[in-house]
Amino acid sequence: MNKTLETVCSGLARRRRREIRFRWYGRIAIFVSLAFLALLITSIVARGYKAFWQTEIAIDVFLDPEELTPPTPEHLARADLAGLIKRSLRQMFPEVHDRRRKRALYRLVSSAAPYQLRDYVLAHPDRIGQTVRLWVLAGADVDLYKKGYIDPEMPASERRLKDYQIAWLRKLESEGRLVLRFNRWFLLNGDSREPEQAGIQVAFRGSLYMMLVTFALSFPLGIAAAIYLEEFAPRNNVWVDLIEININNLAAVPSIVFGLLGLAVFIGWFGLPRSTPLVGGLTLTLMTLPTVIIASRAALKAVPPSIRYAALGIGASRVQTVFHHVLPLAMPGMLTGAIIGMARALGETAPLLMIGMVAFIVDPPQSLLDPATALPVQIYLWADSPERGFVERTSAAIIVLLLFLGIMNLAAILLRKRLERRW
Amino acid sequence: MQPQTLFWILLALAVYGYYLGRKRALTVSGGNIRRLHSLPDYYGYYVALWCALPALAILSLWLLLDDKIILQWVLAELPPTYRNLPPDRLSLTVNVIENLLAGERQASTVDPALAEAAEHYRQLKHLGYQALTVLVLAGATAALTWAQRRITPGLRARNRVEAVIRIALIASSVLAILTTIGIVLSVLFEALRFFEMVSPLEFFFGLHWSPQIAIRADQVGASGSFGFIPLLTGTLLITAIAMAVAAPLGLLSAIYLSEFAKRRTRAIVKPLLEVLAGVPTVVYGFFAALVVAPWLRDLGARLGLSISSESALAAGLVMGIMIIPFVSSLTDDALTAVPRSLREGAYGLGATQAETITGVLLPAALPGIVSGLLLAVSRAIGETMIVVMAAGMAAKLTLNPLESVTTITVQIVALLVGDQEFDSPKTLAAFALGLTLFVITLLLNLVALHVIRKYREQYE
Amino acid sequence: MSTVITERHTTPDPESDGHRTVGDYTLAEPRITCRHVNVFYGDKQALFDINLDIGQREVIALIGPSGCGKSTFLRCLNRMNDIIEGCRVEGDIRLDDQDIYAKEMDPVLLRARVGMVFQKPNPFPKSIYDNVAYGPRIHGLAGNRTELDEIVETSLKRAGLWKEVKDRLDHPATGLSGGQQQRLCIARTIAVNPEVVLMDEPCSALDPIATATIEQLIDELRSRYTIVIVTHSMQQAARVSQRTAYFHMGRLIEVGKTTEIFTNPRHPLTEDYITGRFG
Repeated sequence: MNKTLETVCSGLARRRRREIRFRWYGRIAIFVSLAFLALLITSIVARGYKAFWQTEIAIDVFLDPEELTPPTPEHLARADLAGLIKRSLRQMFPEVHDRRRKRALYRLVSSAAPYQLRDYVLAHPDRIGQTVRLWVLAGADVDLYKKGYIDPEMPASERRLKDYQIAWLRKLESEGRLVLRFNRWFLLNGDSREPEQAGIQVAFRGSLYMMLVTFALSFPLGIAAAIYLEEFAPRNNVWVDLIEININNLAAVPSIVFGLLGLAVFIGWFGLPRSTPLVGGLTLTLMTLPTVIIASRAALKAVPPSIRYAALGIGASRVQTVFHHVLPLAMPGMLTGAIIGMARALGETAPLLMIGMVAFIVDPPQSLLDPATALPVQIYLWADSPERGFVERTSAAIIVLLLFLGIMNLAAILLRKRLERRW
Repeated sequence: MQPQTLFWILLALAVYGYYLGRKRALTVSGGNIRRLHSLPDYYGYYVALWCALPALAILSLWLLLDDKIILQWVLAELPPTYRNLPPDRLSLTVNVIENLLAGERQASTVDPALAEAAEHYRQLKHLGYQALTVLVLAGATAALTWAQRRITPGLRARNRVEAVIRIALIASSVLAILTTIGIVLSVLFEALRFFEMVSPLEFFFGLHWSPQIAIRADQVGASGSFGFIPLLTGTLLITAIAMAVAAPLGLLSAIYLSEFAKRRTRAIVKPLLEVLAGVPTVVYGFFAALVVAPWLRDLGARLGLSISSESALAAGLVMGIMIIPFVSSLTDDALTAVPRSLREGAYGLGATQAETITGVLLPAALPGIVSGLLLAVSRAIGETMIVVMAAGMAAKLTLNPLESVTTITVQIVALLVGDQEFDSPKTLAAFALGLTLFVITLLLNLVALHVIRKYREQYE
Repeated sequence: MSTVITERHTTPDPESDGHRTVGDYTLAEPRITCRHVNVFYGDKQALFDINLDIGQREVIALIGPSGCGKSTFLRCLNRMNDIIEGCRVEGDIRLDDQDIYAKEMDPVLLRARVGMVFQKPNPFPKSIYDNVAYGPRIHGLAGNRTELDEIVETSLKRAGLWKEVKDRLDHPATGLSGGQQQRLCIARTIAVNPEVVLMDEPCSALDPIATATIEQLIDELRSRYTIVIVTHSMQQAARVSQRTAYFHMGRLIEVGKTTEIFTNPRHPLTEDYITGRFG
């Protein structure tokens, strides 16, 4: 063995150790990052999954003909439906006389109960005069109790329900009148001040309308811009370079700045109504456009030049070449890019705050010009609410949002896999 | 006629024009298509475009301007008591008229002069629509007839149609420039109005930020409450924390994935990391406020540290997590762009993998990595929801990560969410902040994009 | 012409079983011995049962048509194939009677002993000095700066580059011409003081003048190192090597003294290649 070899050998063990250490740094970095992801997902799912169930209480309501005839919507809007529900609650717990306890008793059911009663009467006018068993929404605290968020073992002063209230609930449970059911309200209702009545319908529709606007505008515009830059624009032209730099920069401009743009231009200038999906969609279009353009250009670049030469060679014009031959081949890539851009737009919140989509809205929007919120904005609004029940709702709304994002991304991946072409 | 109906009629007319043009082309060719310069379809498109485009231009221009013009006319006819009002009071009057028009107010509840003005407005608008209908339909029909007449076998219809397509394509790509100009103008315009009220010197060098005090007009400027420095330090503090998390984690993950990991590990882990980038920021904000911040506070309490429940640390930490995939994917790109020959050169000398990476690959990929980090910084500075939900509102001038700080984006949201008037310095301050934010990120992006471009050229 | 066809007709198929290398592949005092080497890329077999000895201080040329496996074989000798995913090497390769694919053999140590020069010059994007000093640095060969300076100077002198670059050692290496870059890469390799230098078509990216310089350099290096050179140029093989091995479709067809192979090839395939009928 020569001297060099000895020197190399002597350092070898140290270098090996360094190598292994280095690998572990990488592994640890990945582990930490993925652990954060896992923590994020589990903490949200753990907090939110119960919101898809909702506590309902069975009450026996006497459908008093005096109060309920005629059973028309106009009449029922004025009738004392809440009184009927209170009456049946008192009958279920005849021992309650104290005024404060009575109020507590009434709070067992949600303030939405009279509306449920109204809907029932409208659907079954023939039952008037009978006593019927009606499942109504439970109040927010009852819901928390049923889902195990309120610990009866804790000292009474530290929990939201008094001992007697818990006694009532235990009685109802033993009679099978207190049940967790699938929470359709969460999907069907608009926003509400009461957690048990709050739902994502308005936000969902708002997001849907905005996505429609964004897709309808950003997809064709993005493709058109990409086609020009990739197929027609002269190379080494100052203007074209300027456009390119612009697009790349716009893709990295903070989203809130697009919100300011939307506020100043669409609302301030064009006078479009605030808080509407149309303005939201337009703003998100401007934000998504650079992403779509960049993805579409990549898709066009991937089409080999031989296809263009072939078409040009048999006398097609450049426009014909692009639209008949290049575009169809690049379409899957463009669609994938558009879907990914849309997914980003769907999760975007900040620009929507700027254009006033943070209103409290109960009724679902019927058109692009009705005020609405969006899913991420609804999450933001609920996250700000102090009521305990809204934490669950927020997490559940996040689960819904993530589900949609997941589906969109999956669609993009599948599309790419399916239509992937190799030249 | 309502503009919407008009639009559909116009569209139908264009379709009709297409058939007419096609038919005419076939007629003039005498049944022999080869005599035509272009395929018959193109003559159809030619007529349809002539029919629809000018008419559509008139229609959209009209809709864009009619409200403003009519409003001017109506205002000019108001009694002098209204006409001579200062601009801000006049805008209130306009509001009343608009409410009357929207049916949100009853005519009986306001000054009869205003009710009359609203009625006048309604009439003018109606009249305008009638005029528009005549104008658009007559124009479209005339253009259709004219274009159809022009069809001869020698007409280069395809070239004309393709020229229109080309212009449309150019217009779409110019939209990117228009967007940038729009951003600059809209933000700049309002920011300049703000700087008329508050001196730029004070804004950029002031150490105190409390816009709430400045609602009353007499306090503007004099109160000195629009100092931007605490927002900047807050933003930079949170950004620094975020980068301290994201840079090492992102870099090391990317290095491991691109150099050490087996292909299968990479195929699983890389998309998982990218999920982190796909999670909406509002979700991170919720996570920061609900999980990380309380956890940090409890941890601090156990260690005897007082950590604010809206600490810069919590927001920065979560923002860092969000940026990890950003850093790692750009690093990955930069590393894969390093040619294989350099790797082999180092291995061939007997370098270990770690030595190859630190000694050869990282230096070679440095420009790409640096610009990736710059883009990540720009992203962190402009990030809004996490800080809105997890960082505080208090504009403290501090570098202590355990305290609550506020950022530029938080203040923009705070100033603009809720009721707003366009004239108050409070609202305008948001645009000044927006302008600053735009300029800062623009500079970072331009430098980063330039470096990336140069770097790509080096190895291509 | 007809003779050619008949010759072709009688050419033994290299893929048929029982193929044996023509010529004596053993040496009395070998530096490297290869026995029954098979290499696979995934399912595809790239080398079939290679047996070859490489001697002390000799230049051996590996020739053959492109895709014949000569580069693959070369890369087996310092385990550069390890970094290609899915590549598997079977058989027995020994350096000074040590199995280089043995578990306890560290590829880092092996590559310090068996250096490599690549087809395309691949200087690191660093200064000329740092390029040459890189190997000694990672292996800890120099105790101090003066020693390192010495190593760099000697290596550059041996590579015949010293005179051209001694005044600009701190300039970036990428600024050198192609031929200079390749000599720099050679200097970089010999700075580690290897026993064997592998060269993978080192002149294929260079012009004729630079090629001549490198060939002269190889001739000078022979006194210190064992050199294995892959080349697609038969003239080059004839000029620089003492022994030549001819590869064809993953098999070692013939090996022998360069003069003999080029003047009197024994295998018809070798003859076809040498006389330029294909390749």
